[in-house]
Amino acid sequence: MQFRSLAFALSLALVSAPAAWAGQRGQAKEQVEFGIQVAQRGLWKEAIYRWERAAQLDPTYAAAFNNLAVAYEHEGQLSKAREAYEKALALEPNNALVRQNYDLFKEINDRAAQKDGR
Amino acid sequence: MTARLRKTGASLPAGGREKPTLSLRRRSLASLSLALLAVATACTSYTEIPIETPIQPKLDTSAFQRIFIAGFIAGANDDVDANMETVRLLRSQLRNKGIMRVIDADTLPLMELAKQNGAEPNAPPVPDQQAVVPPQEQDKAPVINDEKDLEQYQHIFANVAYWKRIGEEYQQPLIVTGAVLFAPQQRSGFVQREQESYDPFGRRVVVPVRTYMERKGFVLRPTFIFIDGRTGETLHTETFREEILYNASQQTPALSSYFELMDRLLPAFLNTLSAQKIKGTRTLLK
Repeated sequence: MQFRSLAFALSLALVSAPAAWAGQRGQAKEQVEFGIQVAQRGLWKEAIYRWERAAQLDPTYAAAFNNLAVAYEHEGQLSKAREAYEKALALEPNNALVRQNYDLFKEINDRAAQKDGR
Repeated sequence: MTARLRKTGASLPAGGREKPTLSLRRRSLASLSLALLAVATACTSYTEIPIETPIQPKLDTSAFQRIFIAGFIAGANDDVDANMETVRLLRSQLRNKGIMRVIDADTLPLMELAKQNGAEPNAPPVPDQQAVVPPQEQDKAPVINDEKDLEQYQHIFANVAYWKRIGEEYQQPLIVTGAVLFAPQQRSGFVQREQESYDPFGRRVVVPVRTYMERKGFVLRPTFIFIDGRTGETLHTETFREEILYNASQQTPALSSYFELMDRLLPAFLNTLSAQKIKGTRTLLK
């Protein structure tokens, strides 16, 4: 009986995990899309809030980290931008669009680093 | 059992007819994965957005209301007065950008001052800006061909008392001085360039070809020294190097080359004094 309950609980967990994950991704996606809309209107602080929320909701969502990195870059928070780009690339190492953003960011970051004598 | 495995398509130990079936399955799986990847890529929606990344200035200039481009030790080219051109260009750029109030005063005779105090680098400054130059040396233009020739003048920038006095005279501005070396250069060697040709089908083909070329141009090597007009001390020093080379047969005026090279390094110079925004485009993902 005990074995049956355990097996039932396990299978329930297995069945519901992807559903829960999908739910989190769905909410995160909503935040990401809203963030894009506000960023396009120049409201970058609001966009950062949305994308940070999306990254919290689904820490495996590379798009959230990529967008967050772009926003940090726009705000001049270069070390935070680097962290976010690296996280996005760790999640999706073959994403050419993230890679392209990161390469462009590095050019600017290197210039700033040179200025600081780092 | 064997029949059941065959029916479900499970693999068997290597043997006879199973191999082609397995290969076919692998191929179909590979095609399916490729198709899925293509669909996934097509489904990745993105949007491009313009951004402006602010880069903080190197120097904190909040203590200064005014800036004085005092002049430069310059040489190496008879066609361009690198001192005067640099002073004019920097003053106009600073005025256009509204970076502090630019003092419009005569440039300082730095070379004469340096020569006069050359024997004693820490000697007190001359009583007047117009240095007293021995008559036999007045007509003799100083020869500056390279960095080594500039070295004999460098001590003037470390003369704290002199710069403090200049600072007092102009209401304690941020003083910009330094050395500008604008020199012709000639270089020969192999250069890779693209050559256009047509293949037997009449199609245009561009092939990289290495050719030996004689080239000439200019090198610009300015050192900007930022001095605190309140104390006479150096706050920051920055050296740049830019060069341009043309085909030896091309006749390009030295002055236009000078401006082309200065154009390249001006953003970096201005960024020492004020924040700069670098425009770009990034991709946002959904």
